[in-house]
Amino acid sequence: MRAAFQEIGKVLLLVTIALPASAQQPIIGLITKTSTNPFFVKMREGAEAAAKKHGARLVSGAGKNDGDNGGQVTAMENMIAAGAKVILITPNDAKAIIPSINKARAKGILVIALDSPTDPVTATDALYATDNYRAGVLIGQYARAALGTKPARVATIDLFPGHPVGAQRHNGFLKGFGLNAPAASVNTLGSAPEVVCMADSYGDQTRGQTAMENCLQKRPDINVVYTINEPSAAGAFKALKAKGKERDVVLVTVDGGCQGVRDVASGAIAATAQQYPVKMAELGVAAGMEFVRTGKKPTGYTDTGVNLIAGKAIAGVASKDVKTGLELCFGRK
Amino acid sequence: MTAQIVLEAKALVKRYGHVTALDGADFELRAGEILGIIGDNGAGKSTLIKALSGALIPDSGEIRVDGARVHFRSPTDARRAGIETVYQDLAVAPAMTIAENLFLGRELRRAGFAGRILRVLDKPRMLRESSEYLRDLGIGVPSITLPVEALSGGQRQGVAVARSAAFARHVVIMDEPTAALGVKEASMVLELIRRVRARGLSVALISHNMPHVFELADRVHIARLGRRAAVIDPKQVSMSDAVAVMTGAIPPEDIAST
Amino acid sequence: MKHRLLALGTLGPVLALLAACAFFATRSERFLTGDNLSIVLQQVMVVGVIAIGQTLVILTAGVDLSCGALMALGGIVMTKLAVENQWPVALALAAGLGVTTLFGCLNGLLVSRLKLPPFIVTLGTLNIAFAITQLYSNAQTVTDVPAGLTALGNAVQLGGTSVVYGVILMLGLFAFAAFVLSQTAAGRHVYAAGNNPEAARLSGIATRRVLLGVYVVAGLCYGIAALLSVARTGVGDPNAGQSENLDAITAVVVGGTSLFGGRGLVLGSLVGALIVGVFRNGLTLIGVSSVYQMLVTGILVILAVATDQLSRRLAQRGA
Repeated sequence: MRAAFQEIGKVLLLVTIALPASAQQPIIGLITKTSTNPFFVKMREGAEAAAKKHGARLVSGAGKNDGDNGGQVTAMENMIAAGAKVILITPNDAKAIIPSINKARAKGILVIALDSPTDPVTATDALYATDNYRAGVLIGQYARAALGTKPARVATIDLFPGHPVGAQRHNGFLKGFGLNAPAASVNTLGSAPEVVCMADSYGDQTRGQTAMENCLQKRPDINVVYTINEPSAAGAFKALKAKGKERDVVLVTVDGGCQGVRDVASGAIAATAQQYPVKMAELGVAAGMEFVRTGKKPTGYTDTGVNLIAGKAIAGVASKDVKTGLELCFGRK
Repeated sequence: MTAQIVLEAKALVKRYGHVTALDGADFELRAGEILGIIGDNGAGKSTLIKALSGALIPDSGEIRVDGARVHFRSPTDARRAGIETVYQDLAVAPAMTIAENLFLGRELRRAGFAGRILRVLDKPRMLRESSEYLRDLGIGVPSITLPVEALSGGQRQGVAVARSAAFARHVVIMDEPTAALGVKEASMVLELIRRVRARGLSVALISHNMPHVFELADRVHIARLGRRAAVIDPKQVSMSDAVAVMTGAIPPEDIAST
Repeated sequence: MKHRLLALGTLGPVLALLAACAFFATRSERFLTGDNLSIVLQQVMVVGVIAIGQTLVILTAGVDLSCGALMALGGIVMTKLAVENQWPVALALAAGLGVTTLFGCLNGLLVSRLKLPPFIVTLGTLNIAFAITQLYSNAQTVTDVPAGLTALGNAVQLGGTSVVYGVILMLGLFAFAAFVLSQTAAGRHVYAAGNNPEAARLSGIATRRVLLGVYVVAGLCYGIAALLSVARTGVGDPNAGQSENLDAITAVVVGGTSLFGGRGLVLGSLVGALIVGVFRNGLTLIGVSSVYQMLVTGILVILAVATDQLSRRLAQRGA
């Protein structure tokens, strides 16, 4: 039954793409983790604009939720059938998507990973992503500076075990904070005596709140909190506020979405490391078009940049202000 | 002496597509009697019973209760007319207790505000009355609060029969009451059916078990090919003759009909 | 002996909860404090209320896979209307409850009239509700929610610990549901419709109405849970409810209600929800990764289903 739907999907895709007299327009596919996360919405918008500028046609697809590999495999098959020359993908599962990527590359299609690497990284022709480790380092440095000379009691509200991005941000934070930290290539979460609580939030606000509440129960004296992303930071802040601790705790996170930057402006979050999904999309489309025109493939990893957005600038730690953050953010302004 | 007829049907017809289950079937149940219904597979016994108990609506024909014409649209209509049915699979909820099953669909509510507004159940009264019903019929169970699934086959049958007998005003219809029971439990159920009759109810029962039917019934209705072939007195007609009429080996005219 | 096993279905979860509490109490002196227990109850209150509706559905041998998605939809509807359209809180709340109840009605009609399998129907509703939530909210969290909608997140001081109003509401709803299921004819009919729907029908019970009613009430429960979720987090989150979907079913199953219908107590679902919450809280207190929480939950679910199956098989064999 599912195969039948896939076939119908392929035919529909072919019909909608092939029939219009723009048979000359090269097709670039973009597959994101989900279609609803504002980060990927912004990425798709950036890709559409870039494709239009270059005279290409963008076809997009996504998994159903964070972690849905099957949906991305299907999207890839459909795009291959539709004649895409380039596929940009933010993989939900770094390993499981590789057979599909190999199939595409065997047909001469250029495959570029955006935002998250595959495992191994060389499975795609190139990678344009935030250096998540560096993002962690920046906010770790800021948190250490903001804490001053007080002894640190750190809580980390993480994603879930085994996810590379979760590990990189967490370990980068430890490094930037000045603690013993694993290298960027390690996929497990590092620890240190100053880290008094680690809990998982799965990236969502409600579970972030639950995780912070439980950590505060364990150690009411927590004074630094790192969270994996801004929704979980919002949840953590609610828990801190309920205990009246919101002013005593330095809360840092990663993402740079507009809601998150607003939270930095209001003081709920001390600092966030801002990512640039549009940059990833633009670089991906440009490299794709280069390949279509000249056959030259991009290689290696290109850092799409990260900026520390802080409410209060602190000496010794370079940061940008909230105004800049709001100009560059993704999501509803 | 003509006994009063409590339940009667004339010329019932029921078709399912090309299959005719009831082909102008007649039926007559007299007051205070036990009527056995026998017939080969496909003779229309179950369909007849379902029409009489309101579980299905016949295409044509008439049904009369105490001489008055009735139209049953659902089992509830038949129950309101005083006809209770014990189905072959007993229609009990296995996880619920004996008392809960006895009052299923007819739960008693407490008096006053609690019962009328809050609709609270009167559990003590239901327990008490369930015990009485079972005791009156001589059905022995370890405890009235046991779930029905914990009972033996015969005890379960007893509970189903007690439920019908408790609420019936005229007629109790039973579908294969002794099927799947061992010898001892089957004879307990037969005795139970006699006690039901002794309370003034009329009983119509379907059975494949000839010895049971001939031991218990006052008259035997023989169904064949969707019609009533004959009604015989088991004391006057032999079991083998009755079976022969049932299968068509001998025509119904050849035996003494009652 | 069989009845001891049947009783295990109801006692088992309570014993498991007590054992878990005892274990964590010995490992962390912060576990048994009033403050911590109050937090656990707050963390459980949303799933708890969802589980009330889910219990009703599972008692009729159905399952409602759309519970979390409907909760999220209700939360987005009530917060968006209150914040962006400036509706008075009472009306926005009514709209949120109305939407979830309406979807519950849809589920109920498809199951009771068209006789479609509940698993498939609610799977469809899950997808529809999730999509509507994302589209209507534009995947954005609704913030600055008026105080009226978050009021249930406030607490009252009872004997030294703060007890959140939402928790009191949850406990009250459980008590009410338990009362209706055990003390009224309607409750009995729900059990009968799940245990033997044909017997229920032949006994004069309007089984179609019972089924419809169960899904409608469940939809209302999801709406109330949405309000509790908004009160707890202070926002309307379109991504809420994703873990609650399965957590609610877990709570019902671990609480001793049979997936085959007709057996179980709604208070068991409270125990089941508490078990999951206690483990999540306790494991964090003793510093163990959340993956172990999943492991434990999985083991508990299998134990619960196995106990249910075993006790039913033994009960039937005895007869």
